Amino acid sequence: MNRLISSVSPHFHTPRDTQKIMLDVIIALSPAAVASVILFGWRALLVIAVCVGTCVLSEFLFEKLCKRENTVSDLSAVVTGMILAFNLPVTIPVWQAMLGSVIAIIVVKQLFGGIGQNFANPAATARIIMLVAFSGEMTRWVNPSGFFTDMDAVSGATPLVAMTKGADVPSYLDMFLGNHGGSLGETCALALLLGGVYLLVRRVITWHAPVAFLGTVALMSLVCGKDVLGQLLSGGLLIAAIFMATDYASTPNTKWGKLVFGVGCGLITVLIRFWGNYPEGVSYSILIMNILTPYIAKLTRSKPLIGGVEQ
Amino acid sequence: MKLHGIHVPHKKNTAKQPPVRLAPPQTVAIPMSMHIGRPAKPLVKRGDEVKVGTKIGEADGYISAPVHASVSGKVQKIDEITIMNGAKVPCIVIESDGLQTPDETITPPEVHDLSSFIDAVKNSGSVGLGGAGFPTFVKFVTKDLSVFQEVVINAAECEPYITSDTRTMLDRGDAVFRGIEALKKYLGVKKFIIGIENNKPEAIAAMQQRAAKTEGVQVHVLPAMYPQGGEKVLVYNTTGKIIPKGGLPLDVGVIVINVTTLAFIAEYLETGKPLVEKCVTVDGSAVKEPKNVIAPIGMSISDVLEAAGGTKSEPAKVLYGGPMMGIAVPSLDSPILKNTNAIVAMDAKEAKPPKTTPCISCGACINHCPLRLDPRGIARAYKLGSAEDLEKLCVDLCMECGCCSYICPAHRPLVQTNKLAKAVLRNYQNAKKEGKS
Repeated sequence: MNRLISSVSPHFHTPRDTQKIMLDVIIALSPAAVASVILFGWRALLVIAVCVGTCVLSEFLFEKLCKRENTVSDLSAVVTGMILAFNLPVTIPVWQAMLGSVIAIIVVKQLFGGIGQNFANPAATARIIMLVAFSGEMTRWVNPSGFFTDMDAVSGATPLVAMTKGADVPSYLDMFLGNHGGSLGETCALALLLGGVYLLVRRVITWHAPVAFLGTVALMSLVCGKDVLGQLLSGGLLIAAIFMATDYASTPNTKWGKLVFGVGCGLITVLIRFWGNYPEGVSYSILIMNILTPYIAKLTRSKPLIGGVEQ
Repeated sequence: MKLHGIHVPHKKNTAKQPPVRLAPPQTVAIPMSMHIGRPAKPLVKRGDEVKVGTKIGEADGYISAPVHASVSGKVQKIDEITIMNGAKVPCIVIESDGLQTPDETITPPEVHDLSSFIDAVKNSGSVGLGGAGFPTFVKFVTKDLSVFQEVVINAAECEPYITSDTRTMLDRGDAVFRGIEALKKYLGVKKFIIGIENNKPEAIAAMQQRAAKTEGVQVHVLPAMYPQGGEKVLVYNTTGKIIPKGGLPLDVGVIVINVTTLAFIAEYLETGKPLVEKCVTVDGSAVKEPKNVIAPIGMSISDVLEAAGGTKSEPAKVLYGGPMMGIAVPSLDSPILKNTNAIVAMDAKEAKPPKTTPCISCGACINHCPLRLDPRGIARAYKLGSAEDLEKLCVDLCMECGCCSYICPAHRPLVQTNKLAKAVLRNYQNAKKEGKS
């Protein structure tokens, strides 16, 4: 007798799964990874490898320890590792990079229930913790000195620090190409924008949060009489707007929610940049808005089409 | 405001194939319930001679429908069959004599006003042929004709694979418009909208050509986006009206009728031949030669598959209807029903269930729900057993189209959970009502 599978509809499913989405994010991060190696040398690759490796290993071991289903194959730990590495200076000691990765995966992600459950962005939160714990190493910037050259030779300020101190700021072209001091994956605007366009085309992200984020920063810079392009191209703004403000778990799901989230990130960023003690406020803005996400989600919830009254 | 939906593979492989009439099988098994409502009462017993169109089941109660023999021959036995809602109903098994002799008592119905029209539709055995199976006549029952403002003819056919409605428009286009004339005459409706997805250009042309010559008929070409043929979605996209939660299209002055149902009614009014056969799309990865067939109601799926050219591999899952809302049949002995518009036989690869992984909170389910529900929130409320939350989340609005489950990258059983959650809410609301009274 022929046995038939009996299941409830639907009987078709999208071929896109979590792993394919994460693979798309990895592809989108790749131009920035390549740029970081070109700009800062082989050590950039080492930092990325250490972060990715530690993230994946921590996820694997923690899930093993807790007897949870293993989710390493969904590649989300790889994404976290890459984004965290991009937020670190190329000179970061390996053990600190490893510790940051462990914090990102175990403390921020797994302790809150693993993929999809973390309320805060693992990479942004880990970076903030590292900034507090290792403030010296986390702010030791070097200028890109070209491929295969000794990068310890010149230590330089980031454009944001330069702007704050009134020192020389690199040209827009250098900032666009990433030829200035900063975290290893955040300097090359071109590479990050390429990744952003890829994610939009692949419909992994929508434009709402990044555009609201960048637009708010641009508008506020204009209002406050700051260098608009300089503000947009410097610091971790682009990587945060494209890759962190679009994180699924820690940001709102609806388009209005995403817009509010982006505007909030933009406001907090300029607040810290223009009037705070830190030259950079992007990570904080992401974390604070992550915390506000449940409230934003509640306020921007879509209304079911119940009829009766015209909507 | 635009309603969300999903892009599913169309797979309309059989759109260009006029249906082939199948020879009657040795036996047919006709369940007494192929509609929503009370099962019909059997009118025949073992050994009775029946002809094509002989009434073998009488409508029982108001929401019910009569059942007619689809072959000529002898009643072999009255069996019992488990239908899709789990109820056991009588099922009349007829041994065919292969002659398909029509019942000579069949004459065109005498229709001169609304009430005789409704009687005729009721006697025809007509149910919603798009898949829902709701007795058609109920839609026309009213005390006040002015409630009928417009008729939306559902020809969206948004499910993958299915092309039987497409074939109705191409092969029985005149019948569709004779049906429109009948509704004009008896219901007094002046405005008709035919909603068709834009992936059926030939059907659109066939309808537009006739609509140009008919007063009050408009062909509304809709983007091919599932679930365009869902009643609420179709009414909204063609008329801009929102059917209220728990309500019917008539609450906003609309009658929704499937295009094949309408063509059938027109033909019934002319011939009096009741609903005894169905155009069925036979497709799916296990089917050797996908095609449209006209099969007598009650013919078993295995007979239909064989008569349609056989299977190229063992079917692992077989559906009544399309892959989005179709029902997986328990066995190949299951009969063709009145509301069967397709038989989709999937091979093991196509039928393989996807692996469920943890929710990544991407929001795809929320952003693709045509009715703007929050399937993730509903799943959470269901897990917590909170009927109050389910009520707030309006889970009872869910039409079970399956967009959420289709689009979920974690392949979570979202619409399946909605179905369970609807039952929880129903029990809660019933208990609340009882407590009050």
